[in-house]
Amino acid sequence: MTPSPSRIRRLAGAALMLLVTSLVIFLLIEAAPGDPAEIMLGTSAQADTLAALRDQLGLDRPLMVRYLAWLGGVVTGNMGQSYTYGVPVAGLIAERMLVTLPLTLMATLLAVGVSVPLGVMAAARQGRAGDGLATVFAQMGIAVPNFWIGLLLILVFALKLGWFPVGGFPGWGDAGWGDAGWGAISALILPAVALAIPQAAVLTRVTRAAVLDVAAEDFIRTARAKGLSRHRALWRHTVPNALLPVVTMLGLQIPFLISGAVLVENVFSLPGIGTLAYQALSQRDLIVVQNVVLLFAAIVLAVNAGTDALYARLDPRLKARQ
Amino acid sequence: MRLPKSLILGAAITAIMVGAAVLSRVWTPADPTAMNIVARLQAPDAAHWFGTDPIGRDVLSIIMAGAWTSLGIAMLATAIGGAAGTLLGVTAAARGGRAERLVMGFNGVLFAFPPILSAILLGALMGPGAVTAITAIGVFMVPVFARISRAAAIQIWARDYISAARMAGKNDIRITAEHVLPNILPQIIVQLAIQTGLAILSEAGLSFLGMGVSPPTPSWGRMLSESQTYLAAAPHLVLAPGLAIAVTVLGLNLLGDGLRDLTDPRRGQAG
Repeated sequence: MTPSPSRIRRLAGAALMLLVTSLVIFLLIEAAPGDPAEIMLGTSAQADTLAALRDQLGLDRPLMVRYLAWLGGVVTGNMGQSYTYGVPVAGLIAERMLVTLPLTLMATLLAVGVSVPLGVMAAARQGRAGDGLATVFAQMGIAVPNFWIGLLLILVFALKLGWFPVGGFPGWGDAGWGDAGWGAISALILPAVALAIPQAAVLTRVTRAAVLDVAAEDFIRTARAKGLSRHRALWRHTVPNALLPVVTMLGLQIPFLISGAVLVENVFSLPGIGTLAYQALSQRDLIVVQNVVLLFAAIVLAVNAGTDALYARLDPRLKARQ
Repeated sequence: MRLPKSLILGAAITAIMVGAAVLSRVWTPADPTAMNIVARLQAPDAAHWFGTDPIGRDVLSIIMAGAWTSLGIAMLATAIGGAAGTLLGVTAAARGGRAERLVMGFNGVLFAFPPILSAILLGALMGPGAVTAITAIGVFMVPVFARISRAAAIQIWARDYISAARMAGKNDIRITAEHVLPNILPQIIVQLAIQTGLAILSEAGLSFLGMGVSPPTPSWGRMLSESQTYLAAAPHLVLAPGLAIAVTVLGLNLLGDGLRDLTDPRRGQAG
């Protein structure tokens, strides 16, 4: 299958946006005060030592050359050395990903698993008690900060009941499913719940509205007229067609998921990417900040491009319009 | 005409919170900066409705003073981001073609910077503070308002009275100012309420991480961050600021929903 012109244009657009984003990040970090060589060697370093290190890091080269070198490095997986940890940034990010990725995945699964059935249930019982409760949950869930939910969860389930650890992360051990695996998962459960609740609230609202929209369409009436039970019409025809806005919203929520992860990791002292970025900022380890922010921005851009493409694929009406 | 329930409730909550913020400029139950080590970490009672903090300050007074900070930063960020975004959106709708694609591409780039990421970047550049917080939150508002105002403006541009205005010799700028903006204003106002709520959440998050206003300026997010140490000993320190945030955001969301029901009853609960 040859890619259609519209798909090529979309891809080119996404690539261009990523390029502009990387340039913005690079220039902002460049403009930030602080000499990397001085941060690495300390303020008591000799002038010639500093100069040698600057030379070694390539800090004397022109701005554009350094930008291109950084981009080339990012593509080949060489993001430079952390100023404070003294290890490659790429390795640092990969290590922290082992916390953030499972955390955000668990939160998303949890949010979808709760919100889709809840939203469908609310729509099916429009105006009745179940609908009212779901709506209240949605309103509350959107309004509460996830880091506050995290603190409350710690208070109840870690400090009072002692079911989960207060914070920290034991690591995955040998990545087996033994005690180490369970220890790691149980350290992620409360943070995942805290991260999931606001997401679930937004998705419940969207699911409910989408199901109600689709249920009012002619083909559902036709399906019912042909003798399909209300239940079958709902799950076979209405829900599948209502999932498109839910998927879109899931994509649009990624920036909030990332922001949320930074906060929740902080509350639970999890050594994830968010904590890495935040600590790097306070230690002025700007090369880490630069790469982590690019990674997050790239994820948002990629998910958005992906959602757009999916949308065009799933909704033939959009294709016809292009 | 009957007003939607959510509008009344939302407006009442918002009025109370804004009222508390304004009142805190002239009066609080106690001096929010007055320390009293003897009366530290007291649970809520008649003298201190929300209890006292680790250095004996009255929590209710700090919450009230914090309302000024949180609402002020959130409203400024939303107003600036909303104005810039709306301007971009109506321009895109009016010009179409390359200008429109450029605006949408620019939007895509801004959307890749959630407030916390911008704050981390800007924090590297100019350190934490109110300006960093307002910029970080405002930047993310631009694509939100641009998308909404563009979609709304495109619908207006398709109306017959626009063709009439064109035939009367009005240019794009006049048509946008006289016909498009007034007609999309209700949708923008709804978004202003809802986005101010989100901005409050962002501001709280930034302060929680120490990237918001610096001490001694009170802020709800920093109160929560400071409460972490005393989670078991003084749970009231966690509850009060969190509730303040949640109630304010809830009020603004209800206000936004209510305004939407009022201006566009067909959409009702949707999205």
